[in-house]
Amino acid sequence: MEYFLQQLINGLTLGAIYGLIAIGYTMVYGIIGMINFAHGEIYMIGAFIALIAFLVLGILGITWLPLALLLVLLAAMVFTAFYGWTLERIAYRPLRGSPRLAALISAIGMSIFLQNYVQLLQGARVKPLQPVIPGGVVLMEGAISVRFNYIQMMIIATTVVLMAIFSLIIAKTAMGRAQRACQQDQTMSALVGINVDRTISMTFVIGATLAAVAGMMVTLYYGVIDFFIGFLAGIKAFTAAVVGGIGSLPGAMLGGLLIGLIEVFWSAYFTIEYKDVAAFSILILVLMFRPTGLLGKPEIEKV
Amino acid sequence: MAETAAKGLDPVAILKEAGLAAFVALMLAVPLAGLETVSAPGGLTINTRWDWVAIAVGSVFVGRLLLILWREQGRRRSGPRLDLDIGENLRTAMPVLAAAGIAFAVVLPFLPFADRRVLDIGILVMTYIMLGWGLNIVVGLAGLLDLGYVAFYAVGAYSYALLAIHFDLSFWVCLPLAGALAALFGYLLGFPVLRLRGDYLAIVTLGFGEIIRIILINWYDLTRGPDGISGIPRPTFFGLDFARSPPPDGHTFHTFFGLDFSPLHRIIFLYYLILVLALITNAFTLRIRRLPVGRAWEALREDEIACRSLGINPRNTKLTAFTLGAMFAGFAGSFFATRQGFISPESFTFIESAIIVAIVVLGGMGSQIGVVVATLVLIAGPELIRELQEFRMLAFGGLMVMIMIWRPRGLLAFRDPTVRLHPAPRRRLGFGRRKPAGSGAP
Repeated sequence: MEYFLQQLINGLTLGAIYGLIAIGYTMVYGIIGMINFAHGEIYMIGAFIALIAFLVLGILGITWLPLALLLVLLAAMVFTAFYGWTLERIAYRPLRGSPRLAALISAIGMSIFLQNYVQLLQGARVKPLQPVIPGGVVLMEGAISVRFNYIQMMIIATTVVLMAIFSLIIAKTAMGRAQRACQQDQTMSALVGINVDRTISMTFVIGATLAAVAGMMVTLYYGVIDFFIGFLAGIKAFTAAVVGGIGSLPGAMLGGLLIGLIEVFWSAYFTIEYKDVAAFSILILVLMFRPTGLLGKPEIEKV
Repeated sequence: MAETAAKGLDPVAILKEAGLAAFVALMLAVPLAGLETVSAPGGLTINTRWDWVAIAVGSVFVGRLLLILWREQGRRRSGPRLDLDIGENLRTAMPVLAAAGIAFAVVLPFLPFADRRVLDIGILVMTYIMLGWGLNIVVGLAGLLDLGYVAFYAVGAYSYALLAIHFDLSFWVCLPLAGALAALFGYLLGFPVLRLRGDYLAIVTLGFGEIIRIILINWYDLTRGPDGISGIPRPTFFGLDFARSPPPDGHTFHTFFGLDFSPLHRIIFLYYLILVLALITNAFTLRIRRLPVGRAWEALREDEIACRSLGINPRNTKLTAFTLGAMFAGFAGSFFATRQGFISPESFTFIESAIIVAIVVLGGMGSQIGVVVATLVLIAGPELIRELQEFRMLAFGGLMVMIMIWRPRGLLAFRDPTVRLHPAPRRRLGFGRRKPAGSGAP
């Protein structure tokens, strides 16, 4: 029981991170109908920027933890947002209206490019970071005690807060309305005066900021990152988006939690070597039997 | 950007535009190029490289400026665009070009500059051409985006390695077996997923590719995991070995033909082997394209609903394409295993799949010559500048993006259907539906 609870906590933490990345996939797919293959790299870049921000703050002597965390969060979000914006501007916007495959290939190319870009600039070695937020609360004493680390609390809390803010933006603001309108019909949106280009850009910016938060969380949580983390995390987050129903924002979060829990429980009770196989198998099964995901709307195909 | 150009050469607007680009470049460069994490005793520390940032920002500013001016020039000179006719002209010149290409490939080993390195690159390029042609059946003809093609390549390679080592079978027996096994895998994997469309299929095949790789890494008893399999037998020339010293009771290649021993013989033989395999793939594709099943593939690629109403069974038709494509990957895989003599899961990562898909799509889907051109650009090009090895993949990714932006339908796209029911069938990507630059289709 204790073991189960512990894994539940770990799974929720991991799931929150996947969910944050999955939102980027689901929003982009909703609005321009393509898989943003380079989104995993954006998350990786977010992680690197967070790491660098930590080191810079250390050098500047800002060690009061809440302030440092806030600054790192802001830095990661702002700088990564620029990467998200540029990505759309360079690799996707010229291809709007081209065959779908062209955009996908361009995305894969961008993903390869960004991976090597970071590798060349920051080196191929694994980057370690000392634990920034140590400690935690012991929920249950026993042979296996259940610990809820502060860092895990922070990850889950941040995710919940961000999700709330983000849902509000989508539901209430003019930008959110424009976004939902573009999702339904871009030509009509343009006719009623929505700047479609800007709305799509904003989608990428928002996706990148959320991915940056996920990147920062991972840097803090695991304490090691390298230039290759984007690939697997990207695929798993995409799986999460599909499981939840692509295009649906609550679905992305739900899918993220599910994937995180499945991965953690699989590692805990079965074989850790095959944990990625578990995630991929879920993806394949969901797509085979329920391609619209848990909360998605069926896509109607017209002649 | 478009507005600026329309106003004509307004220096303020252009400078503003370039300044904006430079600002974005600054924001991009500061964290990753300007600050470098370096290992130091007691953790990481930061090195600054402001000169790199300055270079990046400066070159983006100048580059953006030049790009705007160049576009303005292009707008004024409103003559017919040059590249519009590439496809049309090439269609007529194609048989000649193909014959010349094949002739060149055949005589290559005997040309004066053909040393070991050139032949090695030749073999590498031919392997990718063969994989590209194999995948062209799946992606180009049937329109199924397969991002896990390397899985079948791996199945072929491991089948040959294991069969040859454990059962002592020769390369020529293993080759069809490896192809059959890969085809079987293609059939089994394709069966459940082929009703998915487009991007979903892509991601599922990617998942399959990764699953197979993870199994190869972890099933240590069979595959020796990350250590890989070494000592894979080399192919023989109808039973004649390419060794230096002949066995006591027989011949090797050079003693049988009365030649001096040269290690190049094996390389040349391997080169011809892959050339023949690739040409078989090509001939097969060109032929099957004219059969009903080939026509059905292309029809399915264009419009699945129309096909269904005409009584084509989409699943079976797709499955044949998937299976046949997998079979050729299996052949190529067993060639890879015998050429390397060593295989490990490292060789079958997602990047390989991405490269092969890129070759097919960049070449122009369904175009056989396009595959060759794209392979030469993507594989031989970076391979020739070995000195810049570390920039190879960076250039590769960048090239993929740039070619797609320049010619979204691929370098040599002229196999477009001449008649379309819908002018722009994909609604979802459809806002601002300008004609993609230089799509050669009439």
